[in-house]
Amino acid sequence: MSTQERVVAALAGIQHSLQQPRDGGLSIEIEASVVPQALAALRDRAAFDTNVFVTAIDRFPAEPRFTVCYAFLSTTHNDRVRVQARIPGEKPHIATITHLWPGTAYSERECFDMFGIVFDGHTGLKRLLMPQGYDHFPLRKEFPHQGIEPDRLYREWDQRRRERSPLRSESEA
Amino acid sequence: MSTSSTGGPAAKTTRVPGSGATGARTTRTFEFAPGEVDRDDPLHGELMELNMGPQHPATHGVLRIKVVLDGEHMVEVEPDVGYLHRGKEKTCESLGWRKFFVHTDRLDYLQPLMNNCAYALALEKLGAVPVPERGQTIRVLLMELSRVMAHLIYLGTTSIDLGAVTMFFFTFSERERIYTLLDAYTGHRMNNTYIRIGGVYADVEPAVERDIRAWLDQFPAKIDEFEKMLTGNRIWFDRNRNIGSLTPEMCKAWSLSGPNLRASGVEWDLRKKQPYSGYEHYDFEVPIGTIGDCYDRYAVRIEEMRQSVRICQQALDRLEKSRGGEFLSDDRRYVLPPRGRVQTSMEELIHQFKIVTDMALPKGEAYHAVESSKGELGFFVASDGTSHPLRCHIRAPGLMNVQAIPVLAEGRLFSDMVSIIGSLDFVMGEVDR
Repeated sequence: MSTQERVVAALAGIQHSLQQPRDGGLSIEIEASVVPQALAALRDRAAFDTNVFVTAIDRFPAEPRFTVCYAFLSTTHNDRVRVQARIPGEKPHIATITHLWPGTAYSERECFDMFGIVFDGHTGLKRLLMPQGYDHFPLRKEFPHQGIEPDRLYREWDQRRRERSPLRSESEA
Repeated sequence: MSTSSTGGPAAKTTRVPGSGATGARTTRTFEFAPGEVDRDDPLHGELMELNMGPQHPATHGVLRIKVVLDGEHMVEVEPDVGYLHRGKEKTCESLGWRKFFVHTDRLDYLQPLMNNCAYALALEKLGAVPVPERGQTIRVLLMELSRVMAHLIYLGTTSIDLGAVTMFFFTFSERERIYTLLDAYTGHRMNNTYIRIGGVYADVEPAVERDIRAWLDQFPAKIDEFEKMLTGNRIWFDRNRNIGSLTPEMCKAWSLSGPNLRASGVEWDLRKKQPYSGYEHYDFEVPIGTIGDCYDRYAVRIEEMRQSVRICQQALDRLEKSRGGEFLSDDRRYVLPPRGRVQTSMEELIHQFKIVTDMALPKGEAYHAVESSKGELGFFVASDGTSHPLRCHIRAPGLMNVQAIPVLAEGRLFSDMVSIIGSLDFVMGEVDR
């Protein structure tokens, strides 16, 4: 049974389309709404036991803007599959899969950190690499390549600190 | 050969209450309720929050770990990463495909050539660029030397953290010799950037091959020396045995790969299972552990160094046979023409100009993973057909290793934290990217 047959059999009843990626691997696209059940089916019925990564691609200005990519590995069958789901740019959100693979917790946090995609049901969704309280999503296409000048960041942080701490603003006033 | 951790003195197992050593991780919440805590109990009193890092010598880089302690026991562990975040993935998008090579060196800076190879292989998959056999052999040689270098750092830093200070000097002097060899070949000790799309930048000189062979001949005796220092050492044994055990199921659920996965008894090595760069032609063995504790991870890495030496020797034999052969593809869509020809041929000058200014890869996506010293190092690249990437995601094995720290550490004694961090083996340059 080839990987494709196994995956298609596991996804019986779930709408999906096969893609032809350049590297000759197996990649399927599904609706964002069926992500948890489709991936649970891949884990339980097609023996994809390891999550390799969770990330996103920003296709701005195309709409739906974000493609959330999942890659899985089956150590028993020695093969891989990639799953993609497209979500709109306005308030992007998708269901978490941390209950299926606890190891996706950091990948999803990174994805949220970099793209601002909210993973519904993730118990510890906060920034991973950028500092807490940072206002921007660096891997979005509108984020400038040269970065944001520190002055502006400090101003923003300072502003927020003042708002949080009435004591500080009083003493400064 | 000790592929697993059999032999040695019997381990003293201490049953820790609420140990997270086996079974799935349970989320515990600790709320401080003043009435419930017996303040006179010297062992279990108030919870203390301790900050380890980001400048702690045992965290192997700028990693901060927030630990909540109940006496000596860790009840909650939370790693905080990102102190070395340099936005490498965004940099790739802004620099373009070719110029990002130098940045891959700075990911896992203990094995720059391995990162180069992984990135090059992903781009070659996307662009369907063939690599000449000699180029592949040189890559295998460099990747295995990189693996030995990274494992030496693991061994040195972990043992210095656990009190075996001498080991640090032993492993670093060996590592220095590999640096000298790489210096002779690439002209740099670190951050070599010697891999290109379609092969390697330059051929290996016979003199360098001789030097590498001479080093390889004496290295297995050095590994025996390392083992003499540690393998049967009572302190090393007690501080590593039965600490941070992982079952195969936990490893897979937490996305662990590489030596950490193999130490749990899973025979999974991408070099064997999904060979690249001609690894299927090499004769080597994949060491696996039994119970996946810190000691098994140590034993697996020691044996991997021996196997790397075998692969390097075979690669040198193959290099001798293919001397004078092509080491870089002549696909002029992606590979720069030799300098001499640029100055004499108009065609080649145009090729060079096109590649330097806007080398585009075909539209599509590709993922390629290599077995790095830390686990599965992969590059997921997506192109929209222009000279700048749509997306370049770096699948860093180190991030997954950091993620596993709470799973291993919670419920154990605080002193075990150092063994666990050391044995999981990560480099913050790669974790934070």
